[in-house]
Amino acid sequence: MVIQTEGLSFNFGSQTVVNSLSLQVPQGSIYGFLGPNGAGKTTTIKLLLNLLQTQEGSIQLFGLDFKANRKEILSQVGSLIEQPAIYAHLTGRENLMNRAILLQVNEKRVDEMLTLVRLSGAAEKKAGKYSLGMKQRLGIALALLSDPKLLILDEPTNGLDPNGIIEIRELLKNLVTNHGKTVFISSHLLGEIERMATHVGIIHNGKLLFQGDIKDLDSISQPQVLVETDNAVDAANLLTKNSFTVVDVKDDSLSVIYQSKEKTGQINALLNHAGYKVYSIHKVQKDLEKLFLDITQKSA
Amino acid sequence: MKGFFLSLQSEFYKSRKTLGFWSAILLPLILILFVSIGFYLHADKFAHNPPMVLWLFFAGLVLNIMGGLLLPIFVIFLAYSVNSIEHKADTWKTLFSLPIAKWSVYSAKFVYALLLLFMTLLLFAIFTIGFGDLLGLLQPKLKFGDYHAEWMLLQIYFKLFLAALGILSIQFLLSLLWSDFLKPMGIGFVLFIIGVISVGSEWTYAYLIPYAHPMLALKSMIPHRKGLPPDRIVIDIFTQDVFVSLAVFAVVFVAGFFIVQKKSVK
Repeated sequence: MVIQTEGLSFNFGSQTVVNSLSLQVPQGSIYGFLGPNGAGKTTTIKLLLNLLQTQEGSIQLFGLDFKANRKEILSQVGSLIEQPAIYAHLTGRENLMNRAILLQVNEKRVDEMLTLVRLSGAAEKKAGKYSLGMKQRLGIALALLSDPKLLILDEPTNGLDPNGIIEIRELLKNLVTNHGKTVFISSHLLGEIERMATHVGIIHNGKLLFQGDIKDLDSISQPQVLVETDNAVDAANLLTKNSFTVVDVKDDSLSVIYQSKEKTGQINALLNHAGYKVYSIHKVQKDLEKLFLDITQKSA
Repeated sequence: MKGFFLSLQSEFYKSRKTLGFWSAILLPLILILFVSIGFYLHADKFAHNPPMVLWLFFAGLVLNIMGGLLLPIFVIFLAYSVNSIEHKADTWKTLFSLPIAKWSVYSAKFVYALLLLFMTLLLFAIFTIGFGDLLGLLQPKLKFGDYHAEWMLLQIYFKLFLAALGILSIQFLLSLLWSDFLKPMGIGFVLFIIGVISVGSEWTYAYLIPYAHPMLALKSMIPHRKGLPPDRIVIDIFTQDVFVSLAVFAVVFVAGFFIVQKKSVK
């Protein structure tokens, strides 16, 4: 395990923000740390990096105890917490150079990072003038600068446009599959985590509701197929007769439990064949709130 | 130790383009330039003075402005600017998650503020000497060249440096703990005014207030000793106020480290 916590708890005054959390992050995984805003994600990350003092429970990174191995652990961790920490009066390149001085990384690596996050063209521009997405990319470059074994990223796709999100996703996948890194990434978007994570932990009100392989999550999250059609009620009846599970029928649309791509194709063919007009058909994820409800109800 | 020097190097790298850094150079330059222009324009008024008195006039003008009044305010500003660079960029969390001991990060920043203050006061001495000699060349009736004030000035500014360390350490800690501008500045100014009043009213225990130390340092620098030749000035560096300043500095510096060690980074 790259990250392992046991009974980790943290209180701000009388409020419990993190409640006996036991994380298990295996090596070579992209661990999606999922939870709504205020669930305790950032607090957990700050505890992992020892920015907040652990009050209860234990944390091990790379199998080492933090207190006794602070320097050794931190030299293998790159992190991006909340909004990226960037000196606005320095250029993008100078921000990286400053970190390179501290980490004793050579200048070549700085240029590589700028290319990697596509900021070479804006390298000499003041970082304060960067757009949110550019700042986020610079933050990722800073986290990657020392070539760490573990990347801890707190909502790294915040403020990125769809292209940027895809790029970050591909970059992280590439780091894990081709360079043997481990990524711990927090998000409040289920869809985003599902697209890249290999493992998932779901946190709500400071408690870990679910932890495990991404495939195990599918059984809980149960995506659906949303079909827009001209006669939803009759179409729903037809699908039910053909042993599809219809979960919701509205005036102009119906929802069916998602099974596979092929099955989705069959739904389309079936409806077309019976003369129903299909205006749209696509897979939808359950939103996070609903997922939490399901999990809490299941565990209760 | 390596972490300390890397941090110190980074402090210079990231602040070299800020007002905080440049004010440490510009303050002595501008102040002494103005005083020099005044001397140049009113050269006739000063021309009858013997060289030593001329130097005392010249250096005294700068010292009166800088020593008592400007120095505490400058130190308050300096301590703020060194820390605010991290508050503004929200970079404390990255500084304290680097593979560098917290002790190194903290002490490097502190030492950097110390070095900036030292540089400023050294520049005050150097510019005073340089502009004085330049005035002597431009206005030969001002006989600056006939007396050497270098050693005296270096001693005076070194004494001021030591006297300002108490304020620096307190202000450094306040600026580190509070991210906003007003709290450390406000507290600093109030304490400074208390210092001014206590010195003005010649309170017996004024030497216990760090914010009064620069003023007291100037007052106490020339000892009342008899039997010295009239053209020699002796500077007493280690006076009561300087010792108190050094003690405050040592205590607050160490206390600050323990506070930083325990502090959570929000």
